Amino acid sequence: MKNQETGDNEGLLVRRIKNGTVIDHIDGGEALNVVKILGITGTTQEALSIATNVQSRNMERKDIVKLTNRELSKEEVNRIALISPRATINIIRNFKVVEKKGVEIPHLIEGIVRCPNPGCISNTNEPIRSRFEVVPKGLHCCYCDWMITKDLTSNII
Amino acid sequence: MKSQHHLNFRVRLFQCQIVCEIGNYGRKEIYSYNEAGGMRTRHIISIKDFDRDGIDRLLDQAEEIDREHGRSDALNGKILATLFFEPSTRTRMSFESAIARLGGSTLSVGSVDACSMAKGETLADTIRVVSGYADAIVIRHPKEGAARLAAEFSTVPVINAGDGAGQHPSQTLLDLYTIRQSMPIEGIDIALVGDLRYGRTAHSLASALSLYRARLHTVSPNGLELPETLAAELRESGMEIIPHDTIDDLISDVDVLYVTRVQRERFPDTASYFNVTSSYRITPEILTNAKKHLIVLHPLPRVDEIDPRVDDLPHARYFEQSRNGVPVRMAMLMEVMR
Ligand SMILES: Nc1ncnc2c1ncn2[C@@H]1O[C@H](COP(=O)(O)OP(=O)(O)O)[C@@H](O)[C@H]1O
Ligand SMILES: [Mg+2]
Ligand SMILES: [Zn+2]
Repeated sequence: MKNQETGDNEGLLVRRIKNGTVIDHIDGGEALNVVKILGITGTTQEALSIATNVQSRNMERKDIVKLTNRELSKEEVNRIALISPRATINIIRNFKVVEKKGVEIPHLIEGIVRCPNPGCISNTNEPIRSRFEVVPKGLHCCYCDWMITKDLTSNII
Repeated sequence: MKSQHHLNFRVRLFQCQIVCEIGNYGRKEIYSYNEAGGMRTRHIISIKDFDRDGIDRLLDQAEEIDREHGRSDALNGKILATLFFEPSTRTRMSFESAIARLGGSTLSVGSVDACSMAKGETLADTIRVVSGYADAIVIRHPKEGAARLAAEFSTVPVINAGDGAGQHPSQTLLDLYTIRQSMPIEGIDIALVGDLRYGRTAHSLASALSLYRARLHTVSPNGLELPETLAAELRESGMEIIPHDTIDDLISDVDVLYVTRVQRERFPDTASYFNVTSSYRITPEILTNAKKHLIVLHPLPRVDEIDPRVDDLPHARYFEQSRNGVPVRMAMLMEVMR
């Protein structure tokens, strides 16, 4: 009884892949941000398929991202946690799910997020990447001390 | 978001910079580790890098320097670079005076436009170069976080002398030092008066005082109140904050009156500016209801906030406060350069 939940819809939307990664259970509507946070753009090499607002077993809408021929590093996986802490990562080899794991919120985020403080040194041409410490209230800029408490995705570089 | 705090040993700022707590005192200090030699370099970037013991230790050191009439040869032959990318004669002069009184000397970049920063060099490069010339760097820069960046690229200690709207730890330390000359800091009632929204000296002082269980009273013009995020942070640390409408309302309750400058630019027109400054002005009349031991502080320069007639009252401590910048900065230099 495979593909009872979403699989049927999903199967229609997205072909099976031989090798790569399936990022499943992304919060509905966040798939494009997941792609963005992984630094995937039109000029990078991955073959990519995205399904958004797929009906999930528990009736909530979810998004799915499938990446061909790419396995994500731990650090890349953890970035996803910032926007979708319930996402699951499935590593596919030879059409089979060989590994399945959740995501974990990182302690420190470098690059990826831009500091919203226009006066912050990290928004200049200095040879540094932005750096945020993840604290209970949000993201704390290690340079200027500002906090990002909401609308994180609009600050993704 | 899930909390992922490690209290005892956490990588906080940079891979190379670590806040560690040492021994039983819970001392928090920022070091950067030089990978080659394993040497540690101490920086002073923010008052938040200190815990209470760290502050007390530094103030004790300043007091000892004061007792020795402010001269020593502790830093004989050492060279301090003062990199001021923004004008600030007082802070710079007092750092220069501090190193001279410790037997060291100063290297400074003449004017800001004469330095290579104006020619488009990055701060990172300037710091890499200057740290080869000096034994420590004092930096003032218009961008917030500039001193942290400097610490990241420097091979010598960096002291932050103000980064934009950000931190200015030597000011906070000398404010605390001046309070401590008159009374124990523990549990004081302090009023912050003036521009509490943009006034970074008031912000840092308030954070530091939360370590001393002080009670905060505030009076500020409409729109220039303490930022809500800071107020929340202070309350969370257990500080009581009591807003008042007028100075009269609080004057008999407080031990310290900390007055900050209200900038003309914050107001739409001159009339509304004068309206505000006249209602927040400290005068001998206002002070008639004050406690006998109340002290009046101001980070200077003052404009109209304090009536010059207050200068002659025993409450006035702002010139003393400014003078205290020297022993406090001497203690800071000794802390990082020795
Ligand atoms: N070869 C494949 N190509 C593309 N997607 C796949 C492949 N195998 C599994 N998936 C997808 O990966 C996710 C996890 O798969 P699986 O572990 O079988 O299901 P579930 O986690 O829903 O029990 C599902 O969204 C599934 O559709
Ligand atoms: Mg599933
Ligand atoms: Zn910042």
